[in-house]
Order: sequence, then structure tokens, then C-alpha cells
Amino acid sequence: MDRFLFTFFNAEVMAEYLPNILSGMWVTTYLAAFVIVTGLSLGLVLAVLRSALSQKMPAPLSWLTGALRLSLIFYVDLMRSVPPLVLIVLFYYGLPALGLDIAGLGATWLALSLVLSAFAEEIYWAGLISVARGQWEAARSTGLSFLQTLIYVILPQAVRLAIPPLTNRTIAITKGTALGQVVAVQEILYQAYSGLSFSYNPSPLTLGALAYLALFLPIVIVGRWIETRFAWRR
Amino acid sequence: MTLSDILALFFNPEIAAKTSGFLVDGLWMTLLLCLVVIPVGALGGLAVAVLAALNRRWLNVLLVIYVDVFRALPPLVLLVFVYNVPPFAGYRISEFEAVVIAFLLNTSSYYGEIFRAGIESIGRGQWEAARSTGLGWWQTMGWVVLPQAVRNVLPDLVSNTLEVAKLTSIASVIALHELMFAARSAQQLTFNYTPLMLATLIYFVLLWPVVHLLSRLEHRRIAAG
Amino acid sequence: MLAASGMTTESRPILDVRGLRKSFGSTEVLKGIDFRLAPRELAFIIGPSGSGKSTFLRCCNRLEEPSGGSIHVDGTDIMAPGVDINAVRRHIGMVFQSFNLYPHMTALGNVTLALRLAAHIPRAEAVDLGRTALARVGLADKERAYPGELSGGQQQRVAIARALALEPRIVLFDEPTSALDPELVGSVLQVMRDLREAGMTMLVVSHELQFARAAADRVVFMEGGVIVEEGPPAQIFGDPQHARTREFVARIDGHH
Ligand SMILES: Nc1ncnc2c1ncn2[C@@H]1O[C@H](COP(=O)(O)OP(=O)(O)OP(=O)(O)O)[C@@H](O)[C@H]1O
Ligand SMILES: [Mg+2]
Repeated sequence: MDRFLFTFFNAEVMAEYLPNILSGMWVTTYLAAFVIVTGLSLGLVLAVLRSALSQKMPAPLSWLTGALRLSLIFYVDLMRSVPPLVLIVLFYYGLPALGLDIAGLGATWLALSLVLSAFAEEIYWAGLISVARGQWEAARSTGLSFLQTLIYVILPQAVRLAIPPLTNRTIAITKGTALGQVVAVQEILYQAYSGLSFSYNPSPLTLGALAYLALFLPIVIVGRWIETRFAWRR
Repeated sequence: MTLSDILALFFNPEIAAKTSGFLVDGLWMTLLLCLVVIPVGALGGLAVAVLAALNRRWLNVLLVIYVDVFRALPPLVLLVFVYNVPPFAGYRISEFEAVVIAFLLNTSSYYGEIFRAGIESIGRGQWEAARSTGLGWWQTMGWVVLPQAVRNVLPDLVSNTLEVAKLTSIASVIALHELMFAARSAQQLTFNYTPLMLATLIYFVLLWPVVHLLSRLEHRRIAAG
Repeated sequence: MLAASGMTTESRPILDVRGLRKSFGSTEVLKGIDFRLAPRELAFIIGPSGSGKSTFLRCCNRLEEPSGGSIHVDGTDIMAPGVDINAVRRHIGMVFQSFNLYPHMTALGNVTLALRLAAHIPRAEAVDLGRTALARVGLADKERAYPGELSGGQQQRVAIARALALEPRIVLFDEPTSALDPELVGSVLQVMRDLREAGMTMLVVSHELQFARAAADRVVFMEGGVIVEEGPPAQIFGDPQHARTREFVARIDGHH
């Protein structure tokens, strides 16, 4: 038992690496926050754009909107079928080669934001088309414009439908910040891993795992609560 | 940087030809991983959900803790942990075993939540009808409830399976020679990004049909109201 | 917004439809409808399922885009290129079979939304107008209720108030009572009767024949995308000229 504690919960080693892990937590937190903000808002913009592009149009214009809609769907499908790790590595090495100097942090943020935006677009879109057609007709019949109807009548209902799946997906993708370790983003896993290599003791990894639990367990529990709450109200 | 430079760096046919055999080796490992990890995780999740349906108070507390803890830990963290820590306790563990164990813990939690939602979507009436005809609890679960439950959550199951398939790419971090690892090694050997582009293409070609199927399932669900 | 033409208001029809056609793909659903509705008139449209009644109504505010013909509302050509269709629709109320209230807004919110956004009326004034409209349908005390908390009849009356608040020239009703439990139908019909007393021009698709007999100025029988026969209720129900009308009236009268 003593050996077990010495190996996995070595107080000395833990104390030594705690500051590193804490700074890793800070990096994980703001990286996750940026991903959430850009991913969710880009996703919403894309969903609204898709809704606008799906309107009936006269002939020459409809070819353009049709082509745009297909490229939007292609983007979303691409981002949903390629692993985020592949995108992170691709951006990390590929973008600098194109003259766009992007550090590991930038590559991770960009890749995860794009992936989240694709999933969010699908979820918002599903919400948008779930709102009954009669809502569009009622609002338009009172003289509201397309945009007014979308903003005041359709989106509030769609976002409500979207919240539970969106919460789950957002949690899953923000956990992907750990993938930044691969491209030297100094988040929790990176700090824990280097702690392991330096001390040759697994305690830093234990500490890292605890740090993740401290950050994400509350979010998972809140997500569970949101799911049941919104399920009842429906 | 000219267009031909970019093409030579990202879409280089010579490099593609030279490294494709290497990538195909990796692809086989990725497929093998999927073949093992998906059924193992799904069965684990099914076990979690059926145990939760037994409705034993303390068992349920344990299950919720299990599911939430492993949903809170990033899969890569789990993998690194599972791969690096046992040697300190005197167990050697192969890369493949580490991946299977880490994936079992992570994906069984997700599959478990999905199966649970499916089982809860089946009303009391089905239970009562089956039990009133003399079926036992396990028989009712196996023959009446689960078939309907699985059908109700099929899109979520497919969606999670897609995520698991993509997730196998993290095995590259512990140097398991699967598709992503092959692509990175080839990239480092050739100083060229074509292998990475190839890997991206392979993942897309392989998984896009699933993504497309998911969109269709989802839209059908909405159309059905 | 609705331009006056040379005619005086009284003689000019509120709704003037000529040669209206509508096709969905290759199926022609409206095959040339000519129809005029005078101010303060209440016309009833009856006809078998699939005869194009809803489509006709929905063409009148361009929820469906007509394939041909012309529609004037209070003198405005609503098909003219460049016409501001949102401004036109404000003056054409519509009431739906399924209410289509906004579930995330209170009754008052439902009624005031277009007042604020489409008619650009300041909030305080819009609230006053909204309350007046709700009072007109007998729901002054329900302004804070969400649609989910109201009965079907109350929901439909809120929907009527939503249309009325915009002071429409005409209100289109598409089977306003078909989704209601029988005991709730009366309250909605009462509101429509009050509207008629107040001089509102109305075009109603409905199977409430009792109500049609008592309240309609004119009954229109549609079948297969054309108007087969129209006339006062006494004629259509008592002495129809066309065999098809006679059959139809006999059939649905048997059900009521
Ligand atoms: N959006 C549409 N696309 C294709 N066909 C349509 C569409 N809307 C209506 N139709 C067809 O047009 C015809 C007339 O429909 P409409 O809804 O106007 O009939 P209705 O007289 O209102 O019938 P009901 O009494 O059942 O409401 C029907 O055959 C219907 O199938
Ligand atoms: Mg109809």
C-alpha cells in the first residue's frame, strides 16, 4: 500500500508539478472557451445561411444559391468525418507552409472550432427544420420579413430544441483540447506528460487526470441536468 | 509561394505513390481497431444500461459515477494514463491492449447513456404487458424492451460509432501503427504533407457515408414529427 | 400603404381575384378563379377535400405564389413586381386551422410581435393595441398566458386577435374550428359573429354550415380547382343549381 501511494500519489512529486498542472488548467480553460465561442457562433451563422440558401429563388439565382448550399453541406460533412487530431496536425504543419504562421495553440483552436461549427450547424439546422411550417406561415402572414421571422419566431424555438444535443457535443469537442498535447500546446495533458518524463513517476499523470475531472466533471453533471430538464418541458 | 510549390508540398503524386503502401498498412490497423473496439464498447455500454435498469439504488450510484467520470476524462488522457501507468506497478501492456482498455472505459460510458435513454423511452405498458404474459424480467428486457429501445436510439448509436471510429486516430499518440501514425511518420520521413492529405481523404471517403446516413436518419426522424 | 385608385371605397371590392391559376409541378390545382369580395361582406367557401380551397386562400396573401392571374387587395395589385409583400400582408389577416401561435411567447407577445416589427409601432403603444385586440376576443385576462396553457378555443381566439391587432382590410379563415373540440367551437364562432357586426370583410373556408346559413352573405362552392356555383346561403343550401353542388350539400348536411 505504501508503495502504491509512493508510486501513484507521491506527495513530493505532486507538489513539485502542481504549479505546472495549474498553468495547464488555465490554458485548457481559455482554449476551451475560445473554441466554444467561435464554434457555436460560426455554427449558428452557417445554419442561418443554409436556411436562407434553401429559400425558393428564381432560376439564374437559384443555381448560385444551390451551389453555395452544396458547398456548405460539403464543409459540414467533411468536418464531421475527419478526426479532429488529423485536422490539428494538418493545420499545425500545413498552414505555416502556406505562409500562415499558426502555433500549436492556434492550430488546435482552429481545428476544434471548425469541427464544433460543423456539428453545431447540423444540430441548429435540425432544430430549424423541426419548427413547424405553420410558424413560418403565421409570422409571414402578419407581414414579418424572412429575417424577422427567423430571429423572433423560429430561432428561439430551434435553439431550445438544440440545447441538449448541443451541450453534449460541445462537452465532447472541448475535451479535444487534450489533443493539443500532440502539437505542444501547454495544456494539462502536456504538463502531466512532461512531468511524467522528468520525474519518472506517474503521479503527475494522476494529478492531470484529477485536474480534468475538476474541470469537466461539473460540466458533465450540468449537461446531464440540462438534458432531463429540457426533456420534461417538451 | 507559387501554386506549383503548394501542389508539390500537399498533392505530390510521387510521394503519394511512395507512401501509399505504408498508409494502407496503417489503414488495416485502423479497421482492425474499429472491429475490436466498437463491439467491445457497445457491449460494455449495453451492460451498463441493463444494470441501470435493474434499479438497485447503490448500483445506480456507482454506474452514474462510472459513466460521468469516464465522460469527463478526455479519451487521450485515458489512453496515455492506461498506457503509461501500469508499468510502474510492474505490468507491461502492449499499445493495442492499452487502446482497447481505454476505449472500453470511454465508449462504454457513451454507449451506456444512449442505451439507457432508449430503455427509458419504452413505456411501462410494454413491461406490464410482457410480465402479465409470464415473461421474466430478463426475458422482457431481452425480447421486448431492448429491440424497441435500440430502434428508438439507432441514430445516436450510429453517431457514437462514427465518433469511436474517428477516435481511433489517437492511438497514434502511443505509437500504434494505425492510419494517423502512418501518415505522420510518412510526413516526417518525406518532409511533405501529401501523406497527411491522403489520410484526410481516406478518413473522409471511409466515414462520409456514415455521416450522410446520419443526416438522413435525422431528417427522417424530424419529418416523422 | 394600399394605394387608392379612382374608385370610391364603397364600390371597390376589397378582394378582386381574376383568372387565378396555381400549379404544383404539373398538377393544376386552381384553374382560373374569378372572385370579388365587397367591403363588409362575409363569404363562405365550401367544397370537397382537395378542391383547392386552402390553396386559393393562401394565394390571396401569397403564402403560395400564384402561377397566373391577378389579385388586388383594396386596390393594390399584390402581384405587381416590386410590391412590398410584407406591407401588404399586414393588411390581410390570416387565421389557420392549427392556430400556429408562437409557443415561446405569451398571448400578448404573440399579438404585439408584428405590431412592433412589421408596423414599427413603439412598444408601449403596441401593448395597448394588443390588449384591445385581446379584449375584443374576450381574453383580456389571458395576456400573460403561454399558448400551452390555453384551451384550443382560447388559442384560436388569440390567433384571431393577432390578425385583428394589425387592423386588416380583410381576414382569411382556413377551417378555423376544425381542430377544436365541439364544445369549444362556439366561442370562436361568436368572435367571428362579432367581427361581422363590426363590419369586417371576411373570407372563410369552413364546414360549419349552421354558421354559414346564419351569418354568410354568400356561399361559394368549389370543386376541382374551379368555382362551380356561388350565391346567397338560401340558394346554395336550399335550391342549388348544379348537380355537383346538390350532391355535396346533401352529403355534408347528412353528417351534421
Ligand atoms: N405544397 C403542395 N405541393 C403539392 N401539392 C399540393 C401542395 N399543397 C396542396 N397541394 C395539392 O393541391 C390540391 C388542393 O389542396 P388544398 O389544400 O387547397 O385543398 P383543400 O380544398 O383545402 O382541401 P381540404 O378540405 O382537405 O383542406 C390537393 O390535391 C393537394 O394535394
Ligand atoms: Mg384545406
